[in-house]
Parts: sequence; C-alpha cells; structure tokens
Amino acid sequence: MARASQLQVSGNGARSRAAAWLEATEQGYLQYPFGLIRAVVRLPKWVWLVVVALVVGSVVSFGAAADVPKGLSVGPTVSRAVDNGVDWMVVKWDPVFRAINTNLLRHFLLPLENWLLGLPWWLVAGVVTFVSYRMAGLAFSLLSAAMMMALAAFGLFDLAMTTLAIVLVSTALAVILGVPTGIAMAKNTRIDGVIRPALDLMQTMPSFVYLIPVMMLFGLGKVPAIIAVVVYAVAPIVRLTSLGIRQVDGSVIEAARAFGATSTQVLIKVQLPLAMPTIMAGLNQTIMMALAMVVVASMIGAKGLGVEVLNGIARLEVGRGLLGGIGIVIMAVILDRITQGLARSQLSKRAT
Amino acid sequence: MARTIAKLSAQKLWKVFGPRPQSVLRSDWRDKSRAEVQEATGHVIALRDVSFDVAQGEVFVVMGLSGSGKSTLVRCLLRLIEPSEGQVVVDGQDITKYSRRKLMNFRRKKAGMVFQRFALMPHRTVMDNVAWGLEIQGQSRRTRLERTHEMLRVVGLEGWAQNYPHELSGGMQQRVGLARALAADPEMLLMDEPFSALDPMIRREMQDELIRLQERMKKTIVFITHDLDEALKLGDRIAIMRDGAIIQVGTPEDIVSAPFDEYVGEFTKDVRKVEVLPVRFIMKPPKTRVYDWQGPRVALREMRQEEEDVAFVVDKEERFLGILAREAAARAAEGGDATSVAQLLETAPIAFSADDSLQWMLARVMDYNWRLETIPVVDAEGKLVGEVHRTVIRDLAKDALEVRVGVQARRSTTV
Repeated sequence: MARASQLQVSGNGARSRAAAWLEATEQGYLQYPFGLIRAVVRLPKWVWLVVVALVVGSVVSFGAAADVPKGLSVGPTVSRAVDNGVDWMVVKWDPVFRAINTNLLRHFLLPLENWLLGLPWWLVAGVVTFVSYRMAGLAFSLLSAAMMMALAAFGLFDLAMTTLAIVLVSTALAVILGVPTGIAMAKNTRIDGVIRPALDLMQTMPSFVYLIPVMMLFGLGKVPAIIAVVVYAVAPIVRLTSLGIRQVDGSVIEAARAFGATSTQVLIKVQLPLAMPTIMAGLNQTIMMALAMVVVASMIGAKGLGVEVLNGIARLEVGRGLLGGIGIVIMAVILDRITQGLARSQLSKRAT
Repeated sequence: MARTIAKLSAQKLWKVFGPRPQSVLRSDWRDKSRAEVQEATGHVIALRDVSFDVAQGEVFVVMGLSGSGKSTLVRCLLRLIEPSEGQVVVDGQDITKYSRRKLMNFRRKKAGMVFQRFALMPHRTVMDNVAWGLEIQGQSRRTRLERTHEMLRVVGLEGWAQNYPHELSGGMQQRVGLARALAADPEMLLMDEPFSALDPMIRREMQDELIRLQERMKKTIVFITHDLDEALKLGDRIAIMRDGAIIQVGTPEDIVSAPFDEYVGEFTKDVRKVEVLPVRFIMKPPKTRVYDWQGPRVALREMRQEEEDVAFVVDKEERFLGILAREAAARAAEGGDATSVAQLLETAPIAFSADDSLQWMLARVMDYNWRLETIPVVDAEGKLVGEVHRTVIRDLAKDALEVRVGVQARRSTTV
C-alpha cells in the first residue's frame, strides 16, 4: 500500500499512475479473503449484540416466560371502545350520513350514470377511440376501438358505464378533497406531519376493515362504495400534489414574488401550473386505484363490472368472473393511457 | 463630492441565518468573526453592518466572491429575505417597516429584479413572462400587450413573444428577464449577477447593451457581480464585500488605483489598467491654452514660455476649437495681417474624450503619425480639460504589453 501511494505521488503522467493502480489491485487480490474476514469482524458492536441475543433466545428454553402475559392484552378493550364509538355514531349522526348519502346519489351519481347509460354505445366507443387518438396516438386508438368492441360483444357495456360513473364520481371527490390537502401539506410542514401518516394508514389498512363501518354508517348501496373508494384512492393525488408543488423551482417562485405577487397569485399562476404534470400523474394513479377498489366495493353495493366478478366467484362461474375481470382491465388500460397522455401534454408545452 | 439625496440607502443592515438570529445580534457574538460565530453557535452572519447610499440614476455595483453576502444583500433590499436588523430606505421611506400590502405595492411599482439563472416561468410564453409584473398588478390585457411589445423591442426580441423560454438561448432568456424587470417601468433595477451564467462573448454584448439602455433610462441600478472586469465596466461606484461586510466603496478608478487592502488588491492586480481607466486618469492640465479672441503675439509668447510647438485654442466657454501651430503664429505676428487666433486655427488631427478608455486611446494612436506631440482631451461637452503627451502614451503602451506578456508567462507555468 505504502509503495503504491508513493508511486502515485512521485510519478506524473498516465503511465506511472497505471502502474500504481496495477500494484494496488494486485495487492487487493492477494488480500481478498483476509479483507472479507476483516469486514465481518469490523461489523458494529450492536449487530453482534443482536446476533448473540437471537442465538441465546433460540438455544435456551424459557418455558412459560416465552409467551406474552395474558393480563397485558388490551386488544379487546380497544376494539370494544371502537365498536361502541361506531354504534354511537350510527345512532346519533344518522341524519348527517343520510343527507350525504341522498345528496351525493341524487345530484351526482345517478344523473351521471343515467346520462352515460343513455348514450348510444357506438357514440361512447367512438368518443373513446377519438380521445385515445388525440392523447396516445393512432396505434393505441385502434386498440381501444377493439377493446370497446369487446366490451360490447361480451355484453358488459352497460355494466362498464355504471362502473365508470362510480369511478368518475369518486375520482372527482378525491380531487376536490385531495388537491387542496396536498397544497396545504406543501405549504405547511406541520400539516404535512399530520396528513402523511394518515395517508400511510389509509393505504396500508386492509380495505375490508373500513368497508364494514362505512356500510354501517351509510347502509348498503353506491354511496358507501364511493366513500370507501375515495378513502382508498385519495392518497396518490394528495401525495403527488404536495410533491409537485414542492418541486417547483424556488428561484422561479422568488422571481414571481420579487415583482409583488401575493401568495395566492404565486399558487394559482406559478405553482399549480408547474406542478400540473405531477398532479396529473397523481390523478392517473388515483383513477387506477379507484378502479381496483370498485371491485372490492361491489361487496357493499357498488353495481357494475365488480358485481360480475363477485358473482362469478360466489357461484363458481369462472367464465363469468373472467369476463368481468377483462372488462375491468379494458377500462383500466384505456383510462390509464388517456390520463398519461394528459400528463404528457402538460409537460410537452415546456420541454426541459 | 456633492451628492444628491440618496434614492436607495441601506443603513446598518444585518442578516443572521440560523434558528435564533436575535440571540446572536444581542450578544458579544456580534463582534466576532463569521467563522467563530458559525463554529460556536451554528448561526451564519450573512450581512454585517452594511450601509451605503445609491444616488438617483447611479449604477452601484456590489462585488464579492461567492459567500460574501452580496446575493443576500440584494434580496434584503426587496425583503425577499428579511434583514435581521437595520433599515432599507427608498425615497425617504423605510421599507423594512412596510406592511405586507405596502411591500407588495413597492415591489410592483418601484423595483424590477433580474436574476442570475434568469428564473423565467417555463410554462409561460415570452410575452406572458414579460407581462408578469403588469398582470399581477391587474393591468388590462391591452396595456400588457402594448407594453410587452415595447419592452421586447427595447431588448431586441421582437417576434419571439409567442415562444417559450426553453426555445431561447441563454442570452435571449436574460433579455426576457431584463424586459420583465423593465415592464412596469420601475425606478430601480436590482440585478443579481445577471450575466454570470452567459458565455463571455454574450456577456460582453449584454453589458454593452445595458450601458446603452442605461444612457437612455437613467434607472437607479444595484448590480451584483463576482467579476471585477464587469464591475469596473458598468459601475459608477463599486462596493467590495467580504464575509458579509462592505470593505471598500469607490469609483472604479479608486478601486484599481488605491485598493483598500490586500484582499482588494488581490482582485485588481491582474486587471490591466488600460482596460479600466479612462483617459481622464492619465491626462495633465493643458499647458498652452489660448482663447480665440487673443492675438497671435499672446499665443506665441505662451508657446515660447512652455516650449511647445502647438497651442490649443478654446472659446470663452472653454470649448475646444482647434490647434494653432507655432510657425503660423510667428508668421502672423511678423506680418501683422491677422488680428486674432480665430483666423489662424486649424482642426486638430486627433483629440481624445476624457471618458474614453485608455485601451481605446491606444488603439487610436496606432494609426497616428505624431504631428502633435501632445494630444488634447475634451469632455462630453467639448470643453478642453487636459492633454496627453506622447511619452506618457508610449510608457502606457509598454506597460500594457508587459502586463500581457506577464500574464501569459504565468499561465504557461501553471499548465
């Protein structure tokens, strides 16, 4: 080692540097097994502590002391408290939930669903094909035309429209709730600190866990399904809105402020437009997650393609389930590509 | 020097970055060096007791290396960074006391800023970028359109209004930045290293352009740079900053000819004086000056006394009219047919302006056949203010060559 470094210092020019490198690697090869052993021996002390503890734990027999003491368990107490809480809300807040339920249904979901169902199927297929062409190019528009035909041929068209209505309403709700939340998170670290773990919770909590309480509060039907879908799908749009706004070049914001812009002007005219590609990526993910959840939500009354899948499973009609599944995939592929195109068109305006 | 009331003035500005700036400012740490304070308290003193006045229409250059606090300083002037202590006074009003609303108004109407990395908005067209200041003031679309086109014409970017910033070269982007700063017709321009990100040729071009614009606009400009050549070229006065404090303020000539300390001297030692200093710096008062109403005899006596072959002729307002050769004066004095110098004078084959750079002067004497031993120097109004003798020019040319050779020699040893 000493000789190698000496060479490096004294020599000038590529030739002697190469010689020094050769020397060093030669020694490195020789040292290889010893080097590995040394690396293992040099592990931090706490790693050794963990290893020793685990070895002792598996060798020595602790008898009854190995089990968690019975008296320690507070699980039943907590779950009983939650049960009581939900029961209380079901009774006391019923009018509120009922109002949400009927208003959402009467003013948003049903009109949209009826309108979609009322449209001629070929018009819908044509519009989807055309939009695909504009957003994702000719090749994909041909594919989406074929996929729309398949939906029609499988007799899934009306079911797909019902599903679409639920997905659209839930996505709209997710955007209405998620974008402002994302903005608030980007602007305030304290809000960020509260919302971020909440989003983690919403995404990792198994969805069945909140399907039941939602159903208890809103009853069976489409609205509780939408609520469940929103809870599940809102996270990406919140996260990506926040990310997009925080990513905006600070020097551009500074310039905007230097000319006397208020923070609202900066938000609306600079931050949101520049964050739009990222927000669109969030919208894309939100729609995808909404589609995934709509199948699960069919268990509490969301009609549409999910019901086909559910019935297929329940009645062991594998073919029927498969067709429903394919219908979901077709919708996912088309919605994904169109919203991706949307995000891209936001970007292309200002390359680099 | 008699100076008019300052347009913009910084008074004892301090800025301390860190969790508790006031705890540093209200203790002994205030007088300790930046490094000591940072080591012991984790606070960085970015500005230390900075005071200066900028006159109406003046270009005030703040020069310093990176980390000297110059960017922080210019931001404090707009309160993009809040100063920890001290005042910024513009037109007699302390803007550090301004309410939010007044501050917004101040930024909108009084000051325009140009940024180092252009800081254009990538999602807006050139036109919408330039119109930014007007748009947030709520000006009508028509006003914005007119004003934007006018500004684009001023910076030479007509026809680019509908393009996006990324479609423009760096130099053009900074022209947009300049147009944006000028759009609301502010009285002050704050320029934070506006040309540093451009390559040298474009940079020089932009500097010339700024000088040209400034002759017309007469804005009050605070210009930040780390480039001494740029500072000397543009600045009416230059402030040199180190570790957050201003260590010398003066005209370019002051800085080059009398650097305050070794730190400043270190900057200026490589500067070739010919590029920086104007003719004014080397000229002597004119020795043989005669008025056009005087007679040839007076002129002749004057020339004999000073042992000169030529006298400079001026009118009663000291305006330079031409030269009078000794033989011509002698002939007229003998013959007695001319009554005044005015009838004998001829135009000068060469004359300098006091504000020309020495470099420009040297370039011009290259082709000169030295009919005149001393060359007259006039000011902007045409008044005779001095003369430069041939030997002075010769020495200067020699110096200039030596410096250049010296620089080259030093470069070749480092390679």
